Amino acid sequence: MILIISSQNADINSPVDPRFGRSQFFIKYDTNTNHWEAIKNSSVNQRGGAGIAAAQIAVNHKAEVVISGDFGPNAFNALKAAGITMMTFLQDTSTVQDTIDHYKQGKLNPFE
Amino acid sequence: MKNSKALCIAVASGKGGTGKTTVATSLALSLTPQENVLFLDCDVEAPNGHLFLRPRIEAEKKAVILIPRIDVEKCLTCGKCVEVCQFHALAEIGKSIMIFPQLCHGCGSCAWHCPSKAIKEIKNPIGVLEAGLALKGIRFAHGILTISEPMATPIIRQLKKWQKTETGSVIIQDAPPGASCSVVETLRGADFALLVSEPTPFGLHDLKQVLDILKEMNIPGGVIINRDGIGDFQVDQFLKQNHIPIMMRIPYSTEIASAVAAGKTLLDVSSNYGLEFKTLFSQIKKRVMENETC
Amino acid sequence: MLNQANPIKQLVILSGKGGTGKTSISAAIADLARDSKNKINTVLIDADVDAANLSLVLQPQQSETYEFWGGSVAEIEKSKCIGCDLCKLLCRYDAVFPYADGSNSYFIDPIACDGCAACVYSCASEAIRMVQQKEGNWFHSKTVYGDLFHAELFPGKENSGKLVTLIKQHARLWAQDTQASLIVVDGPPGIGCPVISACAGADLGLIVTEPSVAGIHDLQRILSLLQHFKIPVVVCINKSDIYPKGKEKIRQFSSDYKIDILGEIPYDKHIIQAMVQGRPVTREYPNAPSSKVIQEIWNKLVCRLTKC
Repeated sequence: MILIISSQNADINSPVDPRFGRSQFFIKYDTNTNHWEAIKNSSVNQRGGAGIAAAQIAVNHKAEVVISGDFGPNAFNALKAAGITMMTFLQDTSTVQDTIDHYKQGKLNPFE
Repeated sequence: MKNSKALCIAVASGKGGTGKTTVATSLALSLTPQENVLFLDCDVEAPNGHLFLRPRIEAEKKAVILIPRIDVEKCLTCGKCVEVCQFHALAEIGKSIMIFPQLCHGCGSCAWHCPSKAIKEIKNPIGVLEAGLALKGIRFAHGILTISEPMATPIIRQLKKWQKTETGSVIIQDAPPGASCSVVETLRGADFALLVSEPTPFGLHDLKQVLDILKEMNIPGGVIINRDGIGDFQVDQFLKQNHIPIMMRIPYSTEIASAVAAGKTLLDVSSNYGLEFKTLFSQIKKRVMENETC
Repeated sequence: MLNQANPIKQLVILSGKGGTGKTSISAAIADLARDSKNKINTVLIDADVDAANLSLVLQPQQSETYEFWGGSVAEIEKSKCIGCDLCKLLCRYDAVFPYADGSNSYFIDPIACDGCAACVYSCASEAIRMVQQKEGNWFHSKTVYGDLFHAELFPGKENSGKLVTLIKQHARLWAQDTQASLIVVDGPPGIGCPVISACAGADLGLIVTEPSVAGIHDLQRILSLLQHFKIPVVVCINKSDIYPKGKEKIRQFSSDYKIDILGEIPYDKHIIQAMVQGRPVTREYPNAPSSKVIQEIWNKLVCRLTKC
């Protein structure tokens, strides 16, 4: 399963970013191999449509689950059309690693 | 005067509610019937000119932007359209392209660059344009942005191109408040900008923003101080220091405030304003001619 | 009462028509929130980024400044341009002009350019590139009324909606970090792009209207917008005594649509005098007629916000 998590820095131990479209980085995590990589969000400083651009990144990286603080309507529609599951952080989440653990423990709720 | 052979005066302010529409409509009424006046209400988010000039709407046209429609038979999902779109109005999702009309600027780049010619452009209405004859034979037109549509500038652009302008006529364009792209769109091509300010810190702050735009666009301008007597003297001082002419002063009075609130113009309050605005107009004409010769 | 156990409430102040008194009332609300018996920890946002005035009243003691980089515009490298005309043909914004020096090359007017880049991708001689524009600054300021997030869009620039979204995001994060319970957004006039951004995520909209034909016309438009986004709405009438017939119309209209009028603020010179002093009217002239009504409006707003 490939997860994409919005992150403030390019590291699995960095704090999560509550914004999806305007997140500085995404951490891509493969639950089968426990391998992770950081993806810079190149659209963070662009004009409108950052949510869609971020959704496009998730699609291009073949993500199956995207975890963030919130999803705008455009990103929501794009991710939904792509069949990608959206989930939101738990209240006490601080790092990307935390939220991956929460995901594995089945604690996260889908965003609808 | 430059290209269109009509004299175009834009009325702007920066701060909202300083009396743009009061000035623009009063000016239009003072100039008719001697001048052939076309009044364009470019405040398409909150258009109010019609409340004072009372046009009988005879023509209507949809304001549109062209958005892409994809022929799925021809589409190779190569992603070129997604690549060229600067506004992220397209996304490649699986084996299809998704379109987000509200983000589309209607530039046509996606259709032009599609290698398989799979994109056709269709009209997406974002507002309406209306036109008709108003009080004293003024030719009137305005644009109305549809509720929940974000983009005002394409409507202003289409409004300005819609009505024919005759040689020697006067076009008065009432601008929206603020100092962003929609004000620029209203000012573009204008021969003169009449800025309506009020003598308050807010009025001054926002007036400066519009003066910066005029400088950048190289449009001559002058200021009308409305509600003269309220607030402070900072606007006066600033204009004096920067050699910007004050072309008229309209005092604050409860009589004017309630007349305007009731949908009347300054000419209804006092016939003297007819003469004042005519004088203002000849000053503007003189300034525009000076500007063109130098 | 608003408290820290509840999620942060967001109040947006709008009007449709400009100049009805949004900013003066926002500043007074900022003052009253801070002064309430149960002091409410408030974060303030000036979302009118191309005519930003709230800081003139709240007088920040210190500000951190950040650059706002907006969209890009196209630029032609003259030496590479072969004058093929294609960019001019494609441009829908009338932004491409020939040089007057007879060099058979073109330039782009950065003010007219929409940044669509259609020309960039079509130029056979790769003479055009996109150059990102610094379109303004935004500020995180400390005022005695709370933290203020505001911005100055450079005159004539686009992307005001994006700048509003940006400062709102920073304000929200700050509010979370500091456990604020209320965000007050002083909105821009109109109903377009920056207004839509200002409304996003609001729990309640306060429309400041005035009893004039223009005020009422634009009240209906902003109300439709808020209803479209399903944001609960209340109204207050400013300069309520300038046109009695207009006031009656607003009352009638509000009762037809079942919208509460929280208060009717009379025309009051103290509002402008306070603005000139750079202070909220409720602080400079607490006993002025307008201050008393704004206090009542604030009390009712607190009730509404705790319910919604």
